[in-house]
Amino acid sequence: MKKTLAVAALMSVAFVGAAQARDQIRIVGSSTVFPFATAVAEEFGKTTSFKTPVIESTGSGGGLKLFCAGVGEQHPDITNASRRIKKSEVETCAKNGINEITEVKVGYDGIVLSNSKDAPRLDLTKEQIFLALAKTVPSKDGKSLIDNPYSTWAEIDPSLPDVKIEVLGPPPTSGTRDAFTELVLEEACDSFEAIKAIKDNKDQHGAVCKGVREDGAYVEAGENDNLIVQKLEANHDALGIFGFSFLDQNGDKLQGSLIAGVEPTFEAISAGDYPVSRSLYFYVKNAHVGTIPGIKEYLTEFTSDKAFGGEGYLADRGLIPMDATEREAVRNAALNLAPLSM
Amino acid sequence: MTDMASLMEDRAAAKVISGNLHTPVDWDSPKIARNIKKRYAAERRFKIYGLSAIAIALMALLVLGYSIVSKGYSAFFQTYVQLEIHFDPAEIDPDGTGDPAVIGRANFDSLVKEALRNRFPDVTDRRERRDLYDIVSGGASYDLRERVLDNPSLIGQTRKIWLISGDDFDMLNKGYISADTDEGDRRLNDQEIGWYNALTSDGAVEKQFHTRFFTNGDSREPELAGIWGAAVGSFYTLVVTLLLSFPIGVLAAIYLEEFAPKNRFTTIVEVNINNLAAVPSIVFGLLGLEVYLNVMHLPRSAPVVGGLTLALMTLPTIIIASRAAIKAVPPSIRQAALGLGASPVQTVTHHVLPLAMPGILTGTIIGMAQALGETAPLLMIGMVAFIVDVPGGALDPATVLPVQIYLWADSPERAFVEKTSAAIMVLLGFLILMNGFAVYLRKKFERKW
Repeated sequence: MKKTLAVAALMSVAFVGAAQARDQIRIVGSSTVFPFATAVAEEFGKTTSFKTPVIESTGSGGGLKLFCAGVGEQHPDITNASRRIKKSEVETCAKNGINEITEVKVGYDGIVLSNSKDAPRLDLTKEQIFLALAKTVPSKDGKSLIDNPYSTWAEIDPSLPDVKIEVLGPPPTSGTRDAFTELVLEEACDSFEAIKAIKDNKDQHGAVCKGVREDGAYVEAGENDNLIVQKLEANHDALGIFGFSFLDQNGDKLQGSLIAGVEPTFEAISAGDYPVSRSLYFYVKNAHVGTIPGIKEYLTEFTSDKAFGGEGYLADRGLIPMDATEREAVRNAALNLAPLSM
Repeated sequence: MTDMASLMEDRAAAKVISGNLHTPVDWDSPKIARNIKKRYAAERRFKIYGLSAIAIALMALLVLGYSIVSKGYSAFFQTYVQLEIHFDPAEIDPDGTGDPAVIGRANFDSLVKEALRNRFPDVTDRRERRDLYDIVSGGASYDLRERVLDNPSLIGQTRKIWLISGDDFDMLNKGYISADTDEGDRRLNDQEIGWYNALTSDGAVEKQFHTRFFTNGDSREPELAGIWGAAVGSFYTLVVTLLLSFPIGVLAAIYLEEFAPKNRFTTIVEVNINNLAAVPSIVFGLLGLEVYLNVMHLPRSAPVVGGLTLALMTLPTIIIASRAAIKAVPPSIRQAALGLGASPVQTVTHHVLPLAMPGILTGTIIGMAQALGETAPLLMIGMVAFIVDVPGGALDPATVLPVQIYLWADSPERAFVEKTSAAIMVLLGFLILMNGFAVYLRKKFERKW
């Protein structure tokens, strides 16, 4: 009898607050947008009477998959993405009854290639980065494609330091890696004659342009950018690939390599001069606006100048804001819930 | 091997020396003495191997402990800044109503900003003022509100009050940001460091014990982030896990050990249980996602689902430990009970189970400790999330301690590095407590036959 009572008591402790209709916004998606979305969510929770939204960090692809699974309170209302939604994803959404999606552009994020302050600062071109990191590269005479033979930077270009090529970067599941491949490797690869020559063979061309070497020069360091920062402090020869906000926070220890002669600074990225930057987005399920309380107010908070504006609190956290006219356009589209058409 | 060889050598030597059985072995002969010496040396070497294995393990533990504690202990303290706050009635309660609702809505942030402007009156530029306001955390206004609500007579007074500082300022005070580096390379510019020095020389900067760390939920502001939300989430999750896995696990163990016939079916069950104990935990997460979320439509991110999933994971551990404990109860006890006329159920519930309980509890607690440290299965069911509100029940969205550690480790702000280590210390503390409890139970109820 005593035991039954104890169990009953524990049960009642555990199950107070039974499930009702959801009164809390649910957000999933990109780990790159996560630090910004959480900052907005917290501010939103503090300054309005709504509950603070719950935000999961699932990655852009995973987020869109959850988002497009259907309409109803068991599905998320908003998904963050560090890339634009794909046509196939829009189709999946439509198939599951989600016909109206609002796209909100948040701002930009730069991807930096940086090393310790105690090592010389590198000035790289995209081609040099390709030669250092691609799995297959053109041979010296430019006629054939061979496995990457370079082991030091100086072998690629005598002007670069004579240190081992060692780059710590994100694994293939990461949006940062996707963006880096797209913005650096794929852009650089067609400037080599030998790779251009195989352009008609789509499969091989894609594999060459996207393939990252697996012989130890590129180290998959996991999704945790702080870990890469700590490893760079300890290993002065290594370079790391991560989002600009981590360089911004660790400017006393790390320096960003110049890419195509441009230093990764707040100004250079927002002006579009720094070549490795991407746009960040989030997507709203229009059907949930009105059923789940607070979505419109969340949009208002996110697109306010004090959040994603030039001097807003998101800029303090490393987001590169858009210019005022673009922000105005994004804000209007967001608040009118203008559906995305592709 | 060498031991064996030398033993053979001994025997051979003894035989040679003794010649026949009537002549006694000459134990003092040099050959025997040499062999004995060799065997003692082997003994010593073996001891040294064991000792060095323990030494290596201890060293690893020390290094781990040192790196966590040295990085994390500073998170238990927080920098506070003393400012002269004027509780302006015009700002807090212009009509003098004394109504808590009115006071609660007042803009306490502007009181803090005004105090900072008064302290450094020569700062007028808009950008510089923004920097100036960063000295004090955004959370300070909530403190002021609480104070005034507790003690409305403060309105109209001017008091010196310790306010919680912002994270960059806190990092500077703790020495994680060095003033010696180039201005462009650090988070704080020369002017901000000047303000810090001015405040320090007034004695208006001090470190206080950081109670917020233990009472707050998660936050994106490192100085406001705490582990209470995650600790409560872990508690609800473990309660659900325990309520499910303990009774089911123990009943399964009793049946398999005491009642089940030995046939092919029970052998298959047995093999499967042992296999399940070795399945990677992420697999249970996928199972949880499919069964609890997609089929049963339970809420995402809720401790109830986390507990159900972790219960699947701990079940094999509990069953295996319980079976071992039940098996260790001597058969004579069962025979005596049955001989005195007890039914099999009575034998089990009155004799076997109480005697096996210490072992069962130890296994359960170790299984629970395992569940407490698990993140992978929770990823699939949405518990890896940013959740500010402390959960009020097992159906509210929640996260757990190891997930909180993971999320902080992944945050760009430098102040989260020390929070991460501090949270690891708290988690390790819980694990040590649970394991200590397991040892206590074993010692207390242990029976020797």
